[in-house]
Amino acid sequence: MSKPTSLFVIFFSLFVMSEAVFEDQVGKFDWRQQYVGKTLFAHFDSHSQSSKKLFLATDKNIFASFNSRTGELFWRHVDKAGPEGTIDILLLHGQGDNSGRLLRSWDTNMGGLNWEAVLDTGSFQAACFVAMQDTVKHVAVLKKAAISLHYLTNGHQKWVENLPDSDTVQYQAVYSGGEEEVYVLGVVPNSHLTIIAYSLEDGEIIKQVTWSRTLCVVVGHGVLMCVDTATLALYVDTLVCNRLYIPVLVSSQPHPARSPISEFFLQLGPDHHVLLQLNADGYTIAPLRDFQPSDVFPPQLYVHAFLKKDDSVGYRVLVQTQDHALTFIQQPGRVVWTREEALADVVTMEMVDLPLTGTQAELEGEFGKKADGLFPMVLKRLSSQVILLQAWLAHLWKLFYEARKPHGQVKNEVTIETLSRDEFNLQKMMVMVTASGKLFGIDSKSGSILWKHYLENVQPNAVFKLIVQRTTAHFPHPPQCTLLIKDKDTGLASLHVFNPIFGRKSHIAPPALPRPILQSLLLPVIDQDYAKVLLLVDDQYKVTAFPSTKNVLQQLQEMASSIFFYLIRSDQGNLSGFRLRKDLSTERIWEVVLPTEVQKIVAVNGKRPNEHVHSQGRVMGDRSVLYKYLNPNLLAVVTESTDAHPERAFVGVFLVDGVTGRIIHEAVQRKARGPVHFVHSENWVVYEYWNTKSRRNEFSVLELFEGTELYNSTVFSSLDRPHLPQVLQQTYIFPSPITTMEATLTEKGITSRHLLVGLPSGAILSLPKMFLDPRRPEVVTEHSREENLIPYAPEMPIRTEWFINYNQTVARVKGIYTAPSGLESTCLVVAYGLDIYQTRVYPSKQFDVLKDDYDYVLISSVLFALFFATMISKRLAQVKLLNRAWR
Amino acid sequence: MASVPRSFLLLSIIPTILILCADFACCNTGRKTGDGLDTDFSGFSVPLEHSFEVDDVSRFRMRGALQLRGGRETSVSLSQSQLSEEDRNTLKEVAAVDGLYKIRVPRVSLTDRQTERQMDGYLTAFVRACSLVESHLSDVITLHTDVSGYLIGVSIVTIPGACRGTEVEDEVDLEAFNTTLTIIVPTNAPQPETALFIERMDIEHEKRGKPQEQKSFFAKYWYLILGGAIFLMASSSAQPSAGGAEEQQS
Repeated sequence: MSKPTSLFVIFFSLFVMSEAVFEDQVGKFDWRQQYVGKTLFAHFDSHSQSSKKLFLATDKNIFASFNSRTGELFWRHVDKAGPEGTIDILLLHGQGDNSGRLLRSWDTNMGGLNWEAVLDTGSFQAACFVAMQDTVKHVAVLKKAAISLHYLTNGHQKWVENLPDSDTVQYQAVYSGGEEEVYVLGVVPNSHLTIIAYSLEDGEIIKQVTWSRTLCVVVGHGVLMCVDTATLALYVDTLVCNRLYIPVLVSSQPHPARSPISEFFLQLGPDHHVLLQLNADGYTIAPLRDFQPSDVFPPQLYVHAFLKKDDSVGYRVLVQTQDHALTFIQQPGRVVWTREEALADVVTMEMVDLPLTGTQAELEGEFGKKADGLFPMVLKRLSSQVILLQAWLAHLWKLFYEARKPHGQVKNEVTIETLSRDEFNLQKMMVMVTASGKLFGIDSKSGSILWKHYLENVQPNAVFKLIVQRTTAHFPHPPQCTLLIKDKDTGLASLHVFNPIFGRKSHIAPPALPRPILQSLLLPVIDQDYAKVLLLVDDQYKVTAFPSTKNVLQQLQEMASSIFFYLIRSDQGNLSGFRLRKDLSTERIWEVVLPTEVQKIVAVNGKRPNEHVHSQGRVMGDRSVLYKYLNPNLLAVVTESTDAHPERAFVGVFLVDGVTGRIIHEAVQRKARGPVHFVHSENWVVYEYWNTKSRRNEFSVLELFEGTELYNSTVFSSLDRPHLPQVLQQTYIFPSPITTMEATLTEKGITSRHLLVGLPSGAILSLPKMFLDPRRPEVVTEHSREENLIPYAPEMPIRTEWFINYNQTVARVKGIYTAPSGLESTCLVVAYGLDIYQTRVYPSKQFDVLKDDYDYVLISSVLFALFFATMISKRLAQVKLLNRAWR
Repeated sequence: MASVPRSFLLLSIIPTILILCADFACCNTGRKTGDGLDTDFSGFSVPLEHSFEVDDVSRFRMRGALQLRGGRETSVSLSQSQLSEEDRNTLKEVAAVDGLYKIRVPRVSLTDRQTERQMDGYLTAFVRACSLVESHLSDVITLHTDVSGYLIGVSIVTIPGACRGTEVEDEVDLEAFNTTLTIIVPTNAPQPETALFIERMDIEHEKRGKPQEQKSFFAKYWYLILGGAIFLMASSSAQPSAGGAEEQQS
């Protein structure tokens, strides 16, 4: 009795496998990279010689500390995104401050917050430390209309004073030279300059001077250097500048208690700097060096000079270049490390299969070539077999050689040369496009950057679309990716064609695109070189094909009447469909208009073209089949009402056929507003919105079914589907807001689907689609139990073991990309935002993989034992039979 | 090649004008009667136009008039004339070259009559001409409105929808449209069913609770407690006498 029960326990425990990772699996299949963004302020920790800390504040509202030896992150503070969290200034003196609306002090060792002080409203102008007798005790903050002094130890305000005439005078700088006074500098444009000296003790105005000069900094011992923008002249030594450029002065003050250095920079043009020195008399200026435009100045440069032990000057330089790379250089011009901070702002990405190895390619090539007689074919086959044998022997030798080495030394460095597809196609090339216009090729297994390519002249408001035109599957032809770069304002676009494995620009010349591009579509049509055809529609509805060889044009002419595409003008609420004509012009065939007075289109999503659906229907409890409505041309259009009143606001979901323009379904979610996140796949749409009445986030799922009979089971055509599908919908409460959403994708679509939900906390939730099923019954019946439907519960659970990134949070998740692998059970996931996180998910567990700790010895010994037992028993049986026959 | 469509064009213009004239009159009368009868939910009519050309350049002409009736119960009806001889021939030719049969209706609002004139533009839909011919002009036209009663889309399908290349008997089959007309308003997406769920939970709770009846401690063990109490009382009533006896003894 006890034996069967224990067997059952084992049996069930196999099913109830843990979904989360085990401790020893951490970092085995996943990696995370943390970034901070483009540096705005940088400071070296100059406190002690051996300090290796580096402090940065970036445009992503992040305050971080780096190890200056390795470039690794010590700690990082991610502030609110957007203007709310903008860091205005970063001052450093033992403690770091960043201020805006708030003044904060941080501990530089641990990154802990010391204190936080709320400042009065008013636009921030400048801030500085105030020192007395070489000790820094206060920090002065200059606002548009007031100056305040705070204690550095606890942030309490010592005094605050209103600035005189603040409506006319623009106060620009605050300065303290280590005395008992704080100087504030104000400018009335084209008129005069005001200097006010405040007493450090009680904020009383000691003296007030006006001066008829503008744009000033402090150089030397309390001396002002001024540039008059009207005459473009420098005070004292007149330097006439011919260019229309407002000269900028740059000076440095190494310690708040001492005077600034008397050498300073005058920037005359975007790349023309003059190093000047204020002479000891305090009135004359001598130019030291003129940096002509040929001496290229990077956008930002932070120099830290120090005295070495032998009294020679040493320096360290932190360089922020235009492509958002952060480079740290030490004395003899040695690059210590480089951080690719462009990856903090990934816009779009694709995963491309790696190419085959040389030997595999050789075999492939054999099949690819045309047959030229029996004998050469045999020879070719033999030669390729020899090559294969060679490669195998080399592999064995390498294994043997490495086995003798100590374990730690054997480390497979991934380089671009050794890249090859693995057995299950789990390792891929991640092609990432960043907002700065820099492209990266990253190995998905290790996360190492294998190639990078900076596209110059990319506008900051450019929109990118990455298209894989040819995969690695067509061997002698290299894979080909095309990046469509479109200026958001003008709509003018350009193409960048490159090899996604090596990052090299292709020699294929992209077509010139003189007109703004409205739409791009990748056709399943391939040219003679196996590249898919990309169609670009311009604002006159003319179509440009790329590649546009004769072969392609001929194919397009033949297929023209069956090539349909749609255009969406969200500003006019207009959706329209077009058909291609034989002469590559187009005709408008349908039009749907959603009046913009009522609702505006916020998002449109089709299905992913590489998605496979394995089963056509669902078997119900009564053994009948409910067929799915699998329309590959279906578009999900989400609208939001223009009326923002919580009672009248709504979110509209339209399912429109992209070929015929037929509205398949039209649903309105009342008392709801965005931001709406949604996923459209297979026969379902899942969307998430904010319920204004109940003040909570809700998930809704729509599923489309054809019914119990298929209209035309062999092929789906949008032109021949007269009956509307049945639409089922259910809504659930979700206990958290979300930032992004995507569905898992596998090779053949057999594996059940999960939704990957990026939460603001940085966690990525893998939510089984089973929970989002509109057929979840309210009342459990025999049939629903048979179908394994979960009874309806209004609240969607969040279980912590569903977090696929355990404690590796991804800050500010912007997008999740999923790609199938060679294993049906496995889906590759990349989450990007400020950080990049790559992992694998197994929505239906690893049903096609043996576990790591699979007992090969046991199974083989059992097999052998059984084999020998059969042999022996057979022999015994024979002997017995023989004996019986003799008897 | 080019001369053929041109001659057709000339032929087809005349009947179009005629139909247009007829339908404008129809529209006018429709409005007048509607205004006279009921001011709130008055019906009004909009033209339904169609286009089918061999060279696929849209030239819309009148097919019929849609009688729309807004308000709480939106309803729609269609009055349309028969296809002329020329139209029938053109349609068959268009079907032969796999051309498209397009229809369009102007953008109107079913509820708000003021904005009707302000909106310009049309809503267009199409169906393959061959399927229209093969289905003997039996089509289903659906009008979609949004929450505030604006027409946002129109769709046309034929039943059956396939083009099998079957020959169509002439004249009788292609004379009159056999149109099914529907108007679809957006459905309200469901809210989370919390009330029902809680109700169901309560019922389940009750069901589970019934056999045990969740009696209170006292209700369950009253007899024991009572028995115990009686026993205690009995013993305590015996004790004082004993105690008293002791006291007396000391």
